[in-house]
Amino acid sequence: MELVIDRISKEYGSRKVLDNISFSLGNGEIIALVGPNGSGKSTLIKTIATIHAQTSGTVSLDGTDIRAIDPIDLAKEIGYVPQGFSYTLYSTVFETVLMGRRRYIKWSVSEEELSRVQRSLDALDMGEHAGKFMDELSGGERQKVFIARALAQEPRIFLFDEPTSALDIRYQIEVMETMRRITREQNSSMIVAVHDLNLAYRYADTVVVLNRGKMEGYGKACDILTPDCIRSVYGVDSFAVENEFGKFIVPFRARSAP
Amino acid sequence: MTGDTQGQGPAAASVRSLYHAGSTRRLALIVGLSLLVIVAAIFSAGIGTVSLTPQDTVLAVAHSCAVSIQNFLHTYLPAVGSWYDSIPFTIPSPSNPQAELIVVGFRLPRIFLAILTGISLAVAGAVMQGLLRNPLVSPFTLGLSSAASFGAAVAIVIGPAILGGLVAIGSNEFIVVMAFVFGWLSMLLVYGISRSRGVNQATLILSGVVIGYIFSAGLTFLQYITNNEKLRDLVVWLMGGMWGASWSSVLLLIPLTLIPFFLLERMAWDLNAMSAGDDVAKNLGINVNRLRLSGLMISTFAASCCLAFTGIIGFIGLMGPHICRMLIGNDHRYLIPCAGLMGAAILLISDTVARTIMSPVEIPVGVIMYVIGGIFFLFLIMRARGRGLY
Repeated sequence: MELVIDRISKEYGSRKVLDNISFSLGNGEIIALVGPNGSGKSTLIKTIATIHAQTSGTVSLDGTDIRAIDPIDLAKEIGYVPQGFSYTLYSTVFETVLMGRRRYIKWSVSEEELSRVQRSLDALDMGEHAGKFMDELSGGERQKVFIARALAQEPRIFLFDEPTSALDIRYQIEVMETMRRITREQNSSMIVAVHDLNLAYRYADTVVVLNRGKMEGYGKACDILTPDCIRSVYGVDSFAVENEFGKFIVPFRARSAP
Repeated sequence: MTGDTQGQGPAAASVRSLYHAGSTRRLALIVGLSLLVIVAAIFSAGIGTVSLTPQDTVLAVAHSCAVSIQNFLHTYLPAVGSWYDSIPFTIPSPSNPQAELIVVGFRLPRIFLAILTGISLAVAGAVMQGLLRNPLVSPFTLGLSSAASFGAAVAIVIGPAILGGLVAIGSNEFIVVMAFVFGWLSMLLVYGISRSRGVNQATLILSGVVIGYIFSAGLTFLQYITNNEKLRDLVVWLMGGMWGASWSSVLLLIPLTLIPFFLLERMAWDLNAMSAGDDVAKNLGINVNRLRLSGLMISTFAASCCLAFTGIIGFIGLMGPHICRMLIGNDHRYLIPCAGLMGAAILLISDTVARTIMSPVEIPVGVIMYVIGGIFFLFLIMRARGRGLY
């Protein structure tokens, strides 16, 4: 499996939100998209998920332009977890996850589909919450339900748009650990937008740095996320610490605007 | 990982058992509501200025059907007709000689109109709420009712001037056509406006509300300039009611209610997926814009058809779906038929109360509906606030 993002640009009127972005995602790879607010991370993820159309460039999956793939077939390839929570009144946890199987359900729901939903929930330790209403869950639990829905889709590529932004530190680590485990177990791949550079450091194989729609870095986290890069992209002074648990970035001061 | 949550297997119900228990409950509600509608219909056909026993009511319908079948066979299939006559079993006439005329001639068309209108409005409400992911959306909030009222007002106030000598078109038919056309046009307008802004649900709802106000302004103006006699006609139409019931309108509305119902029911799974939000629905392979357009058009069509005959009937589109969501959740495969039956039951019971509570004086069904609707709405808000959803 190879997903190639080739010279993607996206314009809203005269405003360029993505400018000539190119990189590729291989089998089992985890790519973290980092960059300040408004740098184009969500737009890029939605473009890859074919939710938005790009102005120019192509995204291809194993050599086929993904916009040429039937949306129903694409649902088997790409699972998307949005930023923020969207659900309706009186939705239960398992019904929310069942939507991930939409592609496979004609009218009645087979035992096979139900057991896949069960497996997805169990994979995230959410089985005991299956019958609860969505509004009875905490933010972290809800996020896990949405991840379970993407899991139930059984895609080869997961796209996560800031899955940890609303979560406390325990859930942040838990969610990222789970996603990495699933990616490894299923040999699937993942592109994840994150704000926390340390999460990118710990969990991503590759980091893509976006700033004002442009790609400012692409490579291994330890090579790319340097204090110099963080200063130029975020306008923040930082230093790196290394101990037995790994390498960490500590931002400590915002620089005044030039 | 939250390893401490594992190992509680027996306490947590499996997805499989939850799903099957839910399906059983949903089917039970459909059967229960169907029985309620049938019982309410028999009861409603029996009460009024002349009271009839349930036996007479059922016999009146059965006997009338038997006579119609007999007449039909004798006219078109005489051979079958003579065989039919030879069957030793006959349905006796009701003990009250006027029962057939009262039940079949007057009350049944009205009952059917209430049922069909209840189904159309509640199904439209359920589908609109699902498509726009907003629990407060109904044919009312999307401007449809205001537009239909304006259409009817135009027909009542300036219709005679437009029609002039065209006696062939009766003024009642003109009101029905104008209400339907304006009702449906409003949705085209709402959709057209929001499409230019990317068809998201917030723009659709806001455009609907604003279009509703514009038509309301037109309606107020027409009410202001019109004379007393026409004003009375207009006010009666706006209050809504089943007065216009006739077998011809019922026979027209049966396909116009049932065909949209089946078309919308076919969208049930896509409507379920819409609950995840537009972006996820697209990722699940659903053409969100096309689904919204077709769903809104079909549901508006069904609702406009019924509103055109009954005048403004409020709250059914909000209440029917909402009660059902509370009882059985959001699975549109079951929600759409349940909401339809719930709408039919509420409207039929309200109309029966409106017709009989001050008998022989009949009060507009809207009076009963709004009282029930208002109390329900308050209950809804209070309950929802407890759950932290508003």
